[in-house]
Amino acid sequence: MTLVSISSNLLFVAFVCYLIATMFFGGAVKVSGSKTSASERRWGRIGIIVTIVGFIANLAYFITRWIAAGHAPVSNLFEFTTAFGMMVVGAFILIYFIYKTPLLGLFALPIAIIIIGFASMFPRDINPLIPALKSYWLTVHVTTAALGEAILAISAVAGLIYLLKNVDITKKTKQRFWLEAVMFTLVLVLGFVASTTTFSVMDYEAKFNYVDKEQKEKEIIYNTPPIFGMNEFEALTPGTMTPLAEMPSIVNAKKLTTVTWSLLFGTVLYVLLRLITRKSISALLKPFAQKANSQLMDEIGYRAVSIGFPVFTLGALIFAMIWAHEAWSRFWGWDPKEVWALITWLFYAAFLHLRLSRGWHGEKSAWLAVIGFIIIMFNLIAVNLIIAGLHSYA
Amino acid sequence: MNNIICACGHENPEGTVLCGNCGRPLTKEAKNQKLADMRYEGTARRSQTYNKSIIDKIWNFFSSVKIGITIIVAILVAAAIGTILPQVLYVPATTEADIAAYYERVYGTFGKIYYELGLSDLYGSWWFQTLIGMLGISLIVASLDRFIPLYKSLKKQRTKRHESFMKRQRLYAQGENILGENSLAKSEEKLKELRYKVTREDGALLAEKGRFARWGPYVNHVGLIIFLFGVMLRALPGFYVDETMWIREGETRAIPEAPGFYLESKEFILETYDKATEDEVFGEAIDRVGTIASNYQTDVVLYKKPEEALPGQTDDLKEVKKESIQVNHPLKFEGYSVFQMDFRLDELKTMHFKLSNKASGETLGDLAIDLVNPETSYDVGKGSKVELLGYYPDFSGFENGEPQTKSPVPNNPAFLVKMFTPETPEGETSFVAIKQTVEPLGDNEFKLEFQNVDTRDVSGLTIRKDKTLWILALGGLLFMIGVAQGSYFNHRRIWIHESTEGHLVVAAHTNKNWFGVKKELDQVTEAAQLPPYIDQHDTEGQELKEDGEKSS
Repeated sequence: MTLVSISSNLLFVAFVCYLIATMFFGGAVKVSGSKTSASERRWGRIGIIVTIVGFIANLAYFITRWIAAGHAPVSNLFEFTTAFGMMVVGAFILIYFIYKTPLLGLFALPIAIIIIGFASMFPRDINPLIPALKSYWLTVHVTTAALGEAILAISAVAGLIYLLKNVDITKKTKQRFWLEAVMFTLVLVLGFVASTTTFSVMDYEAKFNYVDKEQKEKEIIYNTPPIFGMNEFEALTPGTMTPLAEMPSIVNAKKLTTVTWSLLFGTVLYVLLRLITRKSISALLKPFAQKANSQLMDEIGYRAVSIGFPVFTLGALIFAMIWAHEAWSRFWGWDPKEVWALITWLFYAAFLHLRLSRGWHGEKSAWLAVIGFIIIMFNLIAVNLIIAGLHSYA
Repeated sequence: MNNIICACGHENPEGTVLCGNCGRPLTKEAKNQKLADMRYEGTARRSQTYNKSIIDKIWNFFSSVKIGITIIVAILVAAAIGTILPQVLYVPATTEADIAAYYERVYGTFGKIYYELGLSDLYGSWWFQTLIGMLGISLIVASLDRFIPLYKSLKKQRTKRHESFMKRQRLYAQGENILGENSLAKSEEKLKELRYKVTREDGALLAEKGRFARWGPYVNHVGLIIFLFGVMLRALPGFYVDETMWIREGETRAIPEAPGFYLESKEFILETYDKATEDEVFGEAIDRVGTIASNYQTDVVLYKKPEEALPGQTDDLKEVKKESIQVNHPLKFEGYSVFQMDFRLDELKTMHFKLSNKASGETLGDLAIDLVNPETSYDVGKGSKVELLGYYPDFSGFENGEPQTKSPVPNNPAFLVKMFTPETPEGETSFVAIKQTVEPLGDNEFKLEFQNVDTRDVSGLTIRKDKTLWILALGGLLFMIGVAQGSYFNHRRIWIHESTEGHLVVAAHTNKNWFGVKKELDQVTEAAQLPPYIDQHDTEGQELKEDGEKSS
C-alpha cells in the first residue's frame, strides 16, 4: 500500500468515527432527562473519545499526505476543505473541554461531516505546486486562516442550537422561515454530494466543444448529464443527453448544471424527509436543542468568536499580506478572495461591536453567528468556483 | 460645569451614570435598571454630555458605535459589490476605450452599466476612500471618548461600594456570614491563590485581575489607525515605488526609479513538472490538468554605477550581486525588491538574411540584423552592401503607401532596404518582411532572402520600494496585541462586603467570559462558605441550576 492510499484510508476512518461519535452525542442528549445522569456522562464520554480517535486519524491523514506530497496538503479545494473540516472538529474538541456540552457535538460533528463529504467531491489527486504556491507561507497562512474560520464556525453551531431552541416554530414567522432555509441549504450540500456521487459511480462523461468569452474554441468534459450547454456547444460524445438550453459565454454552463443537479437532488431529499417524518427539519431537531441552556449557548457562541477572530485576523489577513508581498509584490491587491476575507473580518468586527456596545445578545447574536458562517462558506465555495481570481487553484 | 454630588459626598462630573466613588446610580434611568450598565464603569463620556456646538455634534457623530458599525457595514457591502465583476486591474485592456469595450463585449449590458457606474474601479473611487477615511476618524474619536474616562475611573476605583451598586451586578449574593470575621480573610487567601490582586478596607474586599484586558480594544484601534495612516502615506511621493520593466536575455538596463542601479538578465528559465522525472504521486494531477509550471526564474546580475561616474556613462558598472529571481524569492537591495512577475518566450532577437542574385541564385553574402539595435548599413562582402532605410519592428501593413508599426517590440519585423552590388552600384530598393517581399520601384536583380532568426526570452519584472512597510507592520502588530489582549484575557472583579446586619454581600463583574468568573467565584464561595450567588441575567439557568444542567 502506498502512503497516498494509507492517507485516504485514514481519512475514511476519521469520517466513520465522526459519524459514530455523532450517534453517541445524540444518545447523551436523548438520555439526559432533567437531571445530569451518569448515563449522559457515559454516553458523552464515549462520544468525545470516539471524536478524538477520529481526529487523530484525521491528523494522521494530514501528516501522511503531507509526507507523500512534500508540501502541506492545503493546496487545492479538496485538501483545503478537508483541512477546514478537520479543524472544525479540533475547535469543537477545544470548546468541549471548556464547556463539556455533548449537545454541541451533536451539531458540530454533522457540520464537519458535511464539509468533509463536500470536499471529497473535488479531484483528490495530489497537485504539484505552481511557482506562486512554493513558499512556507502556504503552510503558515492557509492553516492559520482555516483554523480561525473553524473556530468561528463553532460559534455558528452554538447559534444554530440557540435558534432551534428559541425560535417559535409553531407560528408562521420570518425567523421560522429563515431557520428552515438554513436547514434546507445544508440538505442542498447533501444533494450536491448525492448527485456527484451518483454520476461518478455511473462513470458519466460527455465531451463538448464550445466558444469561450474571448471567442476561443475550447473543449470541456461534463461529469453530469448536461442540462445546460456551453456557448455554441457541439457534442463530441455520441449517445449522451443533448443540453436543454444553451448559455451565453459568460455563464459556465457546466457549473450551472452541477448546481442544478444539486438543487434537484437536494430538493427531492428534502421533500422525502418531510413526507416521511411529516415535520420540518427544524421541528425534527428541536427536541434535541430543547435541552440546551440558552445562556450557555450564547456564551459559547461569543467565546468562539472572541477566540477565533484574532486567529482569523492573523491567518487570513496579516500572514496573507506578508505572503502576498513576497509572491505578488504587493500586500493587498483587491483580489476577490482577499476582499472576501476582508468582508468576513469586517462582519465579525461589526458582530463584536453590536454585541459589546449595542447589547445584541441572544437571538440576534445567534443569527449573526450563522450569517458569519454563511459568509465563510461563500468565500470558500463561491469565490473559488464562481468568481475567478488569483486564488482559484482548484 | 454642573457637577453631580452623590449621596456619599463625592463630586462627579456632569454626565456620570454611576458615582465614581461608591457606585450609586446617579441618573433616573440607572436607578430604574435592575442591572447596572458597567460598560464604561458608568463614567461621564464627552459624547453623552455635550451636544451644543458643531464640534460637539461632529464628535458625537463619530464617537457613536452605531455610526461606526454603519460605516463598517457600508464598506463591507461596497467591497462585496466590487467582486461581482473583475476590477479594471485584472482586465486585459489598458486604454480607457478598450476597457469600456471589454466590459460591454464580455459582460453585455450589465458589464456596461457596471463600468459606467465606476464599479469597475470601485476600490480606487473617491467615495470608497472617503468611507475608509470616515472609519479612521470614527476609530480615533470613539476610542478617545471611551478610553480616557474609563482609564481614570478604574485607576481611582474604591474598594468599598454602595449596596445599590452591589445589588445591580449580574452575579450577586447575599446571606449569612458563616465564618464571621474569618470570611474576608479566607476569601482573600483563596482569591490570592487564584492570582487576584486583593485590597481591603474596613469590612470590604475588592479582588481584581486582568485589568489590562480592558485596554485591548483601544490598543487594537491604535494599531488600525497606524495601519491606515501608513496606507495614506503611500500616496505621498518618495514613499512608494511601483514600476515594471521588461528585460531581455543578455540585456543590461537601468532599473526604473532606482537611480544608479542596473540589472543584467543572464537567462530566463521556465520549468514544468515532468511525469517521468517527478515523483509519481503527481502523475494523476499532471494527466488531468496537462502542463503544470514548476518554476519561473530570471538569473540576473545587479550593478551599481560608481558615485563619480557621469550621467549616462555605463561602461564601468560595479557588480553588486548575482542572483536568481524566482516567484516568492524577489531580489532585494537597499530597500528595493525586484519580483519575477511575467515573461515572454522566444522574442525575435536577430534575423539572418542572404543577399542573392535572383536569376542565377548566386549568393553574394550573409547579414544578420540585430532587431533591437539595427545598424544603418551592412557590409556583405565582395563589394556589396545593404543599407537600412527604414525599420518597422511590429509591421502592421501599409497606410498611404507607408509601412506602419504597431509597437516597438519586434513581433513582426520588416525593413526597407537598399541593396548595392558591383552590378547595381546605384542600388535597388526592396521592402522585406518575414514572408513578404515588395519591390516598390520596379523589378530588382537582387534580393534579400530570409534565412532564420535567433530568439531570446524576456522577463517581466516589478520593482517595488515601500518605505511605509514598517508602519504597516507596526500597526498590524499592535492590532494583534490589542485584539489578543482584549479577547484572551478578561477583567474580573469580585466585591465582598460585610453588611451591618452581620450578613455578607458578594458581587462579581467581568467584561467577558462569565462562565470563567463563575467558576472562580464557585471556588471562593466554597473556601470561605460565602452565600450562594445568583446570575441575575440567566433566568433559565437559575431554574435548571438545581437540575445540574450547569456543568462543573
